[in-house]
Amino acid sequence: MTSTLIFLLGLTGVFLLLIGLGIFWAIKSGQFEDMEGPSQRILMDDDDPLLPRRVVDADALKKAP
Amino acid sequence: MNSAACFHCGEPIPRGVDFPIRIEHTPHALCCRGCQAVAQAIVDNGLADYYKNRTKLPQRGHELLPAELEQLRLYDHPQIQKSFVLETGPHLKQAVLILEGITCAACVWLNERHLLQLPGVKSVQVNYGSHRARIVWDEREINLSQILAEIQLLGYHAHPYNAQSAAALREKRHKKDLRRLAIAGISAAQVMMFAVALYAGIWYGMEAGTAGLLRWASLTLTLPVMFYAAQPFYSAAWSALRSRHLNMDVPVVIALVSAFVGSVYNTWFGAGHVYFDAISMFTLFLLGTRLLEQTARERSVEAAENLLKLAPAMATRVSDAGQQFVPVLELIPGDRLLVKPGEAFPADGMVESGVSGVDEALLTGESRPVSKLVGSNVIAGSINLDSPLTIIVTGIGEHTVLASIVRMLDHALAEKPRLAQLADRVSGYFTWALLGITLLVGLAWWAVEADRAFEIVLALLVVTCPCALSLAAPAALAAGGSHLLRRGVLITRGHALETMAQVTRVVFDKTGTLTVGKPVLQATQALAELDAARCRQLAASLEQASEHPLAQPFLACVAQSELLPVSDARNEPGRGVSGVVAGRRYYIGRTELAGHATQSSIDSGMTQVWLADETRLLARFELADALRNDAKTLIDTLKARGMQLSILSGDDLTTARHIGDQLGIDDCRGGLKPADKLAALQAMQAAGEVVMMLGDGVNDAPVLAAAQVSLAMGGGTQVARATSDIVLLCERLPEVAHALDVSRQTMSIMHQNFAWAIAYNLIAVPVAALGFVSPWLAALGMSASSLIVVVNALRLR
Repeated sequence: MTSTLIFLLGLTGVFLLLIGLGIFWAIKSGQFEDMEGPSQRILMDDDDPLLPRRVVDADALKKAP
Repeated sequence: MNSAACFHCGEPIPRGVDFPIRIEHTPHALCCRGCQAVAQAIVDNGLADYYKNRTKLPQRGHELLPAELEQLRLYDHPQIQKSFVLETGPHLKQAVLILEGITCAACVWLNERHLLQLPGVKSVQVNYGSHRARIVWDEREINLSQILAEIQLLGYHAHPYNAQSAAALREKRHKKDLRRLAIAGISAAQVMMFAVALYAGIWYGMEAGTAGLLRWASLTLTLPVMFYAAQPFYSAAWSALRSRHLNMDVPVVIALVSAFVGSVYNTWFGAGHVYFDAISMFTLFLLGTRLLEQTARERSVEAAENLLKLAPAMATRVSDAGQQFVPVLELIPGDRLLVKPGEAFPADGMVESGVSGVDEALLTGESRPVSKLVGSNVIAGSINLDSPLTIIVTGIGEHTVLASIVRMLDHALAEKPRLAQLADRVSGYFTWALLGITLLVGLAWWAVEADRAFEIVLALLVVTCPCALSLAAPAALAAGGSHLLRRGVLITRGHALETMAQVTRVVFDKTGTLTVGKPVLQATQALAELDAARCRQLAASLEQASEHPLAQPFLACVAQSELLPVSDARNEPGRGVSGVVAGRRYYIGRTELAGHATQSSIDSGMTQVWLADETRLLARFELADALRNDAKTLIDTLKARGMQLSILSGDDLTTARHIGDQLGIDDCRGGLKPADKLAALQAMQAAGEVVMMLGDGVNDAPVLAAAQVSLAMGGGTQVARATSDIVLLCERLPEVAHALDVSRQTMSIMHQNFAWAIAYNLIAVPVAALGFVSPWLAALGMSASSLIVVVNALRLR
């Protein structure tokens, strides 16, 4: 009984640690900074053919007078 | 045309130049690298149809693109990057950019996707709310200037954002708060589970060993709460104690520490109660309510700080050595800058040479360009529209008008209204009383039933935490203020909302407030041998220096090149202007200034302005000013609310009366100088009325300052803004009535909050003192009471 409990408590600890790390990572990467954008972003398609490709010619940038 | 024309811009192609482009297998010749880059961008975007469908040749690409690229390349300079780029790893750099032109979520998506597919760009996050992009890139593969150029080609403008600024600090603090909240939340959830097991165990008979194990587990989980999450309370309580004051953090800390020490003791010896659940729940809810209140408050600061982004980071300095691009940080007052059309002024300054129109909409809300002549002042962040100006820097960075507006806002947020100050004082006394009562109750229980004394003292400390009392006012004010800001009403003084709720009389200045403030010259009547055109020319020349709205129509009807040089110009607010033109002193304004008797005014609704020289009147100008479309709506709404209304105008009585009749305002007074307006206002106040003054212009500055609440139209001159409590940025008059409503709601919510907080404490203290509240219930009650206060305030948003 007690050993089961100890095992479960240990498991709880591991889970809590993972949850904590997950939330810390989310905070660090700024996921709580913008609460409106992501809900809109999900509605956009990423493979739209109208999406511009690379457009600036790196050489032009370097050589421009 | 003697040579081939550029396919892109139509300019002739110089000899020996070869910049080809291939569109759908047909080669075309271009005149320069700039056009080639633009054309290539258009083709690569699959937008080549542009060349089939365009009806007009592009103006810019030809010359501005290389110049812009050159400007962008400066951002690659390590010296310049130092102020806004962070090194996040070997060769990895991170910068925060402010994106101009973000209007919807699609813009965010476009920027993110597009930048991410560039080689070397590691991550891009665009914040939809604040329009800021955080970009991480590998400097070996891509330069910042290339990234910026890509953004420009998408049609947006990116400015580097100084990472050391207050906003970055605030973001850091916000993240720290979130981490504390997360720790408290995770621990509270888990400790609560153990607590349920422990309470159930008491009923069903849990083995002592199992209970002990659960207690030790709870203790372990409470450690991060005590030593990390609760830290802000310790430091706040400590700084309060050091300054010999009491704030609500003191009892909070006493409760936390005593509960923790008591619980650890009981866990160690395996006897009595543990309160780990109460500790973590208490911390969680306190942190939560504070974060909620703080976020509401900081919204409006952010809005103001986005104003600051408008000043550019680079400037063109003109010196004997020629022109050079320098970062704005390096400028010093006295530097000479060249500002091209379309550019924003990097610093406050005075025009040294050139004549141009300037868009100051960001400051005044007025989209009409303001004409700037030699000697005019320009404001950092405003945009030069017509032709190049050379300015001499007078203020940079912190010393610019833009920065002072932001400071004003910060100040307003820091300034607490009377009621909130009272609440702070009361909660100070309340804390003393609370500590005293707790001590007495503790001693009494010690004598009666020593076992329960600790638990009851703890419950009492927690349940009476004056959080609700301290949050009552700031939460309501922050919510009300941020609601108004979204509607375009900026509160610049802390007391404004409170006073506005008590207003009984609204006083209007006429020009620029009830009327559009852009009068038009209707008729010119020459009274002497000078003809009407010459009189207009003289009038316009004199009015160059005046900021009065009546100056504009004169300037509008005379071409800028025809203006005569004026020396020794004098501006006397409320009366007019005088100046010397070609050796003769002329006066323009109302007749007291010119010192001549005039015929009585004839036509109602017209403002009359007289031009005179030393000896006689030269001309009479008739100006008419149109009512604002929404003035009638505002007046009707205010009347329905039972407000007293007055017009105090510097124009003559007939004009004021004419406007008053149109709107249905009975109390109209005209022909008032600033001193008269002030006297009239003070008479009203002496009669016990609370006066709100709506004004605009230099004329009103002293009067605005004297009214209990003053409101300046967004288009008002700087002086009026600095002395007004509220700025109507949106220039929609009905928002004034709305603001009055919101102020009343805010006050009533504040009163409800106070009533609730006081009632809660009055009930909770005796109940807890008598031992009917266990510590976890106390934590729940305390949190519920402050949560109710905050949520009640959020109804305003």
